[in-house]
Amino acid sequence: MLLEINSLSVKYGRIPALEDFSMEIKRGEIATVLGANGAGKSTLLKAILGMEKASHGKVVWEGENVTNWSPSRRIKDGLALVPEGRRILIAQTIEENLLLGAYQRDDVDAIRHEMETIYDRFPNLCERRHMQASCLSGGEQQMLAIGRALLSKPDLLMLDEPSLGLSPLFVKQLFKLLRDLNKGGLTILLVEQNTDQALALANTGYVLERGKLIISDGAQKLANDPRLHEAYLGVAAE
Amino acid sequence: MFSGYIDGLIVILAINVIMAYSAALPLVAGQLNLGTAGFMAVGAYMAAFLSNEYGLPIGVAILVGSLASGLIALIIGIPVLRTSGIYLALATFALGQILVAVFLNLEIVGAAQGYPVYGYIEMPTIALTTIGLLILLFVLSQTRFWLYLTAIKNDPTVCDLFGIEVRNVQLAAFVLGGMLAAVAGGLQAHYLSYVEAQSFGALISIYTVLFVILGGTQTVLGPLVGAAFFTFLPEVFRSGEEWRYAIFAAFIIGFMVLRPQGMINANMMRRLKAPFGGKASA
Repeated sequence: MLLEINSLSVKYGRIPALEDFSMEIKRGEIATVLGANGAGKSTLLKAILGMEKASHGKVVWEGENVTNWSPSRRIKDGLALVPEGRRILIAQTIEENLLLGAYQRDDVDAIRHEMETIYDRFPNLCERRHMQASCLSGGEQQMLAIGRALLSKPDLLMLDEPSLGLSPLFVKQLFKLLRDLNKGGLTILLVEQNTDQALALANTGYVLERGKLIISDGAQKLANDPRLHEAYLGVAAE
Repeated sequence: MFSGYIDGLIVILAINVIMAYSAALPLVAGQLNLGTAGFMAVGAYMAAFLSNEYGLPIGVAILVGSLASGLIALIIGIPVLRTSGIYLALATFALGQILVAVFLNLEIVGAAQGYPVYGYIEMPTIALTTIGLLILLFVLSQTRFWLYLTAIKNDPTVCDLFGIEVRNVQLAAFVLGGMLAAVAGGLQAHYLSYVEAQSFGALISIYTVLFVILGGTQTVLGPLVGAAFFTFLPEVFRSGEEWRYAIFAAFIIGFMVLRPQGMINANMMRRLKAPFGGKASA
């Protein structure tokens, strides 16, 4: 098991954002966490990375309890997050943005090599590598954000609503990219509001509602589960 | 070598340039240090005291003064850098004033009467030291450390995401800035043969920041250009007598309005570099 989360809770002050959440992700798998706004999805990702403190429960990474590890130690150990809204540094060049992902690494030659691989994958970025990132479209910025995270050489790539605000064409490209990366052996934890596409991609799905896990199932079964729609529409099950 | 006037002007330029970078380092990471004159005073007094009382070679005395200033920056920086924005500016401003007030009352270095310095360094030494420091800074600007500074200014949260120890990088920039200011202070003390607490007033700190902001923080050249420009500008207007300060002020306001990103910005540098091929930055 690559990542195990056991009854994890996170509080903002006294308000619980995530309660008693558990999940397991196997190496090579794609898991998706679904839920409406404010369901606790982003909180979950931040807690896995250590940017939010767990008030209860634990995070086990490659068999080791990392609940008290600092974010930088977890990142060094193979966790990476593509944040919501991409958060590209628009005043910096594309190449500088990519280099930020390699903060924890010293193997300059390997970084160079992987950078070229990323440029091969995204020719649009390569052409403009020395230009400010502000010249990129939203979709290209998302690719850059993913490239940047890949440069930290993660074992688990977490993405927080990567399709948000992208054109349908880019959404399609994005999901194809995630599928390719997964085929290359990368484990992925995807937080999405784009339910149909996320479930079509993932192996397992988890549905959060107001900080609580209400369903977890195989992705295909979940796609046909009526409770999924209730979670989104907020209709109480009769 | 040159006339006394030119010599003096070159020294002022050198001191201003070093001071500009002492403010620029934290500013590149988005932190306004309004207390650089305080660190300059630490360097000036420490170096003067060591060369006067212990007969240390001036270079060594300045180096020790710089290290002492760095240590003070480190100790004070840890709590002060917990603040940001206007609070950080106020805290560093107060810090600068406190450091100067300490020397103003310190009998061992002459208190309010000032402190004569017996060792003397000439203009070329100061100029060469400044060039040496500039080379070091240019090398530093090609490293990833500089990239992290700019990244922190633009988005500290995203820096957290990649494991960048934001606080430590900011502290390092603050300490390096404190050390640079102390070198400027030590050089100046041994050139003027006199150290006086009153000469490290708040205006010095403010001008220093002004050099950087007007020169621009996007590139490593900005502070140098800003400091040079605003060292020579008042001289050019010298014929205007008392009006020169008004013209000087009008210039500053004009720059703020017309070129808020500073005289030298990143795109400009990229365009200049373009004919020589891409830039390797790893």
